[in-house]
Amino acid sequence: MAETISLEVLRYSPEHDAEPSFQRYDVPVHKDWVVLDALNYIKDKVDGSLTFRWSCRMGICGSCGMMVNGEPKLTCATFLSDYARDGSPVRVQPLRYFPVIRDLVVEITDFMSKLQSVKPWLIRGDEKPVSEGEYLQTPDQLDRYKQFSMCINCLLCYAACPVYGLDPVFIGPAAIALAQRYNMDSRDEGAHERMDVLAQHEGIWGCTFVGECTQVCPKHVDPAGAIQQYKLTATIERFKSFLMPRGAK
Amino acid sequence: MSDTRPSARYTEYHPRWYRTHVSTWWWLARWPYLKFILREISSVFVAWFVVVLLLQIRALSRGPDAYARFEHWLQNPGIVLLNLIALFFVVFHAITWFNLTPRAMVVRLRGKRVPDRWIVSANYAAWAAVSLVVAWFLVRP
Repeated sequence: MAETISLEVLRYSPEHDAEPSFQRYDVPVHKDWVVLDALNYIKDKVDGSLTFRWSCRMGICGSCGMMVNGEPKLTCATFLSDYARDGSPVRVQPLRYFPVIRDLVVEITDFMSKLQSVKPWLIRGDEKPVSEGEYLQTPDQLDRYKQFSMCINCLLCYAACPVYGLDPVFIGPAAIALAQRYNMDSRDEGAHERMDVLAQHEGIWGCTFVGECTQVCPKHVDPAGAIQQYKLTATIERFKSFLMPRGAK
Repeated sequence: MSDTRPSARYTEYHPRWYRTHVSTWWWLARWPYLKFILREISSVFVAWFVVVLLLQIRALSRGPDAYARFEHWLQNPGIVLLNLIALFFVVFHAITWFNLTPRAMVVRLRGKRVPDRWIVSANYAAWAAVSLVVAWFLVRP
C-alpha cells in the first residue's frame, strides 16, 4: 500500500454509547477517491459496522451529505486528495443540527414533513382534459424556476443554517427554494396556497440571511436568493391585500 | 465496546437518537458566520449616525452658540474614536448589503436575467453619485 490518509469518523451506537466518539481509520490515498470511497473501503475491508447513507455516487441522489472537516459536503463529490496535502486527519461527522440515529445516519423526518407542507407539486385550479394537450412553456418561463428545480434534498443547506440549528421550527432553505420552484412555474396556480405556510415567522421571516445555504449548495440552487425574493413577493402581496378590495388579486 | 451499557441519553419518544446543542458561540466557529454577526451589529452604528444627525439638526435650529457647542462636543476624542468605529461599520454595512442585493433582486431584461455584477455595480454607482452631490455641496465656494 502506498500513501495513506487518516479518517476520523464519528461513531455512535444507540445501543452502547451515551454519546458519539471519533474512531480513526487509515485508508489508502488514490487520486480519484472521494470521501465516500474511503468510507466504503472502511466498511468493506476494515469495519463492517460503520453505518452511512449513500446511493448514486454522482451528486444526484442527495443521500451522502456529511460534515467533512466541519463543512457540509456531498461525500461523493469531495476528493480525499484535497485533504491529503497537510497530513492531518479528515474528520467525517453526521450532518449538523439533525438527530443522529447511528454513526453518520441522521433523522430527516422533520425536513420531509416541512417539504410536504409547502406543497412542492403543480397545483391547478382547473385541470384541462388530456385531449387538449400539454401545458406549454417557453424557454424564458422555464428559466425563471429552473435553478430552484435542481435541488436534490441533500440537506447540506440545513446543516449550514444556524437559524435552523437554533430554531428548529424554521421551514428551512431547501423547502422554501422548492416552494419557489413551483411558485415561479408558469403552469402552477398554487402560490396563494403556499403563502399561508411560507409567509409566517417559521417560514421566510425566520431567515436572517446568513447566506451560507447558498454557499454550500452542491447544485447552485441559491436557497438564500429564493427566500429573499419571496420576502419581496410576500410584502407586495400583503400591501395589496390592505389596499385592494376583498377578492381582488 | 462492551455490549451492555444502557446509558444512551434520553430524548422524548426516541430515547436513542443523539441530539447536539448549538453553542452560544456558534458565530465564532467560522468566518462567514462572524461576518454575518458583524453585519447585523453594524445596524447599531447606522442608528448612531442617525442620532448624531438628529442632534446636529437640533443644534442648528437652536442657533450659532448651540451649533458651536455641538461642534466642540464632536471634537471630544471619545466621540471621534466612536465615530471612526461607526464609520468603519457603516462602510462594512453598505458593502456587505450591496454585494447581497443580486440575491434578492432579480431583474429581467428581454427575458434574460441581468447579471449579478450589473446590479452590484448599479448600487455602487448610485452610492458614488450621491456622494459626489454631497461632496459638491460641501466644497463649493
